[in-house]
Amino acid sequence: MPSVLEVIAVLKNKYILSGLIIVLIFVFMAILADIISPYSPVEAVGPPLHPPSRLYLMGTDNLGRDVFSRVIYGSRIMLMITAMAVVMSGAIGTVLGLISGYLGGLLDRVLSFIMDSIYAFPSLILAIALSVALGPSPINAAIAIAVVYVPTYFRMVRGQVLSIKNETYIEMARALGLPSTRIVLRHILPHVTRTLMVVFSMNSADAILTEAALSFIGLTVQPPTPDWGFDLYKGRGFVLAGMWWIMLFPGLSITLLAVGFALISEGVSTLISSQKR
Amino acid sequence: MSAIVELVDVVMDFEIGVFGRKRRVRAVDHVSLKVNRGEIYGLVGESGSGKSTLGRVSLRLYKPTMGRVLFENRDITKLPESALRSLRREMQLIPQDPYGAINPIQTIGEALAEPLLIHFKISKDEALERVYKALEEVGLVPPEDFMSRRPRELSGGQLQRAVIARAMILRPKYIVADEPTSNLDASIRTSIIKLLLDFKEKYNQSLLFITHDIALLSLVANRIGVMYLAQLVEEGRVDQVVKEPLHPYTKALLSAIPLISSQLGLEKVHLKGEIGDPANPPKGCRLHPRCPFTREECKTREPPLIEVEKGRLVKCWLYYMV
Amino acid sequence: MEILLVNDLWVRYFTLSGVVSAVSGVSFKLRRGEMLAIVGESGSGKSTLGLALLNMVPKPGRIIRGEVIFDGVDILKLDLHEIRKIRGSRISMVFQDPFTTLDPLRRIVDQFEEFLIEHGVDRAKARTIVREYLEAVGLSERIMYSYPHQLSGGQKQRVSIAMAIALNPEVIIADEPTTALDVVVQKQIMDLIDNIKEKYKSSIILITHDLALALERADTIMVMYGGYAMEYAEKKELFNNMKHPYTKALFEALPRILQRDLPRSLPGYPPDLRNPPPGCIFHPRCEFAIEKCKREPPPLIEVSRNHFVRCHRVGELL
Repeated sequence: MPSVLEVIAVLKNKYILSGLIIVLIFVFMAILADIISPYSPVEAVGPPLHPPSRLYLMGTDNLGRDVFSRVIYGSRIMLMITAMAVVMSGAIGTVLGLISGYLGGLLDRVLSFIMDSIYAFPSLILAIALSVALGPSPINAAIAIAVVYVPTYFRMVRGQVLSIKNETYIEMARALGLPSTRIVLRHILPHVTRTLMVVFSMNSADAILTEAALSFIGLTVQPPTPDWGFDLYKGRGFVLAGMWWIMLFPGLSITLLAVGFALISEGVSTLISSQKR
Repeated sequence: MSAIVELVDVVMDFEIGVFGRKRRVRAVDHVSLKVNRGEIYGLVGESGSGKSTLGRVSLRLYKPTMGRVLFENRDITKLPESALRSLRREMQLIPQDPYGAINPIQTIGEALAEPLLIHFKISKDEALERVYKALEEVGLVPPEDFMSRRPRELSGGQLQRAVIARAMILRPKYIVADEPTSNLDASIRTSIIKLLLDFKEKYNQSLLFITHDIALLSLVANRIGVMYLAQLVEEGRVDQVVKEPLHPYTKALLSAIPLISSQLGLEKVHLKGEIGDPANPPKGCRLHPRCPFTREECKTREPPLIEVEKGRLVKCWLYYMV
Repeated sequence: MEILLVNDLWVRYFTLSGVVSAVSGVSFKLRRGEMLAIVGESGSGKSTLGLALLNMVPKPGRIIRGEVIFDGVDILKLDLHEIRKIRGSRISMVFQDPFTTLDPLRRIVDQFEEFLIEHGVDRAKARTIVREYLEAVGLSERIMYSYPHQLSGGQKQRVSIAMAIALNPEVIIADEPTTALDVVVQKQIMDLIDNIKEKYKSSIILITHDLALALERADTIMVMYGGYAMEYAEKKELFNNMKHPYTKALFEALPRILQRDLPRSLPGYPPDLRNPPPGCIFHPRCEFAIEKCKREPPPLIEVSRNHFVRCHRVGELL
């Protein structure tokens, strides 16, 4: 477990700090939505297509719903789906990478082939295809995104396992009669966690955008559930008519959250590479 | 004298390279040897000779491509990993590089306790006791101090002692020491060798001592086997092999050691060129391109391993009597 | 007759964790055609000394005192341009790890040629010289067109040696040239170096940890410990009349064939050069240390003609 000193050192990094602040803002937004949101996101609370004003901080949409409230509640879906997807792909990809890398042989060849095939697919198209096949719903969207990213974790973890496997201390662990599970979990995995952090954070940034894309097409939630991507889609038509606020604020939120994760990943990777020296 | 470990006609092939460019390298080519109970068998050869691979096959860290591995007369060639694991307690490896041998994230104490807790049903306190004793046994005192240190905090010599302590903590019967002192300073080597010999006496162990340093073997080994390019080319008692070497390669090895050859008064044998490519060894006798005694038959036909007298083997046409 | 004269050389590394006294007050003479072996274990300062001779000590190291007089000139006082003319052509160096000399991305012939051309060799003649010297070190022409990674350790080392002798230097500094090689190849390389010494009358400084190798091949031997020269003598004299406890310990540590007693080892560990022990730097490990040794660093004493020993008790001990 990291010590207090290590945590402080991590937080001193400008990128990680700023990224973390952004992400945490959205996280709190999602958690405290019921408290901080001025209105219900699904009811008409004002005149439709009203520009931002004191009553409606981000204006209202075509159905008279408060955009600000929709943005606040929209963070829930976004974060939930992304979190589920990243955790699922991370867990599955890491476990498969560890097993495949350590055991090698036919299993490794078959898995690598499967993973390479998935990886070769343009991620968005694959996510959309899977989402459509499974049927539009938040869980299915999370699964679709997870499948797309499993190869990323798999390849990275497997690569690391292959190089660590050749270390003398792994050979010694075998010579001492330690069981394979122990070798993988206690002697290999700890050396992989560093790079895992980097991939994890980079992956989150990517997953945000993929989720937004799926939402844009309407593959995640059904209306009237507030959803940034979908609201973005709806807002397209109105921009030309001069009503910029319906599209801007959801769009800005997506971008900001993605940037937040990207900053964290940048910070983590600089931290790791400076530690390696 | 019975053998604790016996290798019967062992062949070990490796595939190197990636798809499309795979090459098969035969690291060990039909080698048979026995390590008798209570003896130190010295295996000598240069890098590329296959000696390290052979050592690992004897521990079943590799599964031989052909041939058999016997431990205490039991055929362990085809045993699955799960069955081997409990057997591993009785056979251990001392590797060449102490710095890679212990996981850098472990403390010395953790590294030594781990195999104990895996193999024996003892409490953590009991394990701690044994770890203390083990550290004292190898001279890493005070043990409390060394227990909490990490590998990088120890010197090469200290670390090798810790590695030896870990290997011995399971009380193995058979030890493979693979160049245990080659990476250490000359002034520390003797103390490490002495440590291994002390353990051997104390716990009645048998050793396979692998090194390129034949002079060192002449001091510790009972019998010596000489390897060249994956084959065993000479074997015999240590005094026989060192005082009256038969194989030209053995003679060249002894000639090449500074000071020693003059001490022994041996004929100096020079070899041309370099050790061949194990993936593509010379035809016939593998030494023939470099050997000053090469004859016609050496170039085309591989010599058999000839038993010149009991226990004395040499793989060379010079000793073939019809 | 003296081609190289080193006077009171001191080298220190100014690191973040302290000042390391890597070389302390080393002096020696080298005659034409002589092989001097500098023998020491890791941390003895022998490699730093080798680099210092060509003013090539890397940062944070610095030569803080001393002279290296080559052909009458103190080369430590030369500027970069002038010393570059000497390096490689009049004094050359062979390293333990050929990786440092050979560029992995270029063919042998290209690197070698460029090296010669940089030192003023005629472009038209360069290739011939490359061929000639590769042959002299026992390498076939095929090697010329290879890349370093295609060669074995022995072959790479021979290429380094070929490059080191191609300009007929007067002094060759070989830092552990055979340590990474197998013992049979080691003999071949040392035979080659002997030949070069004979044929071109070059002087050789052989830096090694192997006392046996030094005793077999060198004319003179200097034993270093903790940055100090502990003993210096001609080979025969050293063999018959070893005086310093450290030299004796190194000699005892050499295996004696078939003798069933193990060679005696030295207790303790090499000194921490940032915080060396007071008095004689070897005293913590010396079985003959007395009070004086713990307080006063011993001077270098000439015990017989051209035989120097740095030890307080040299008179009394046999």
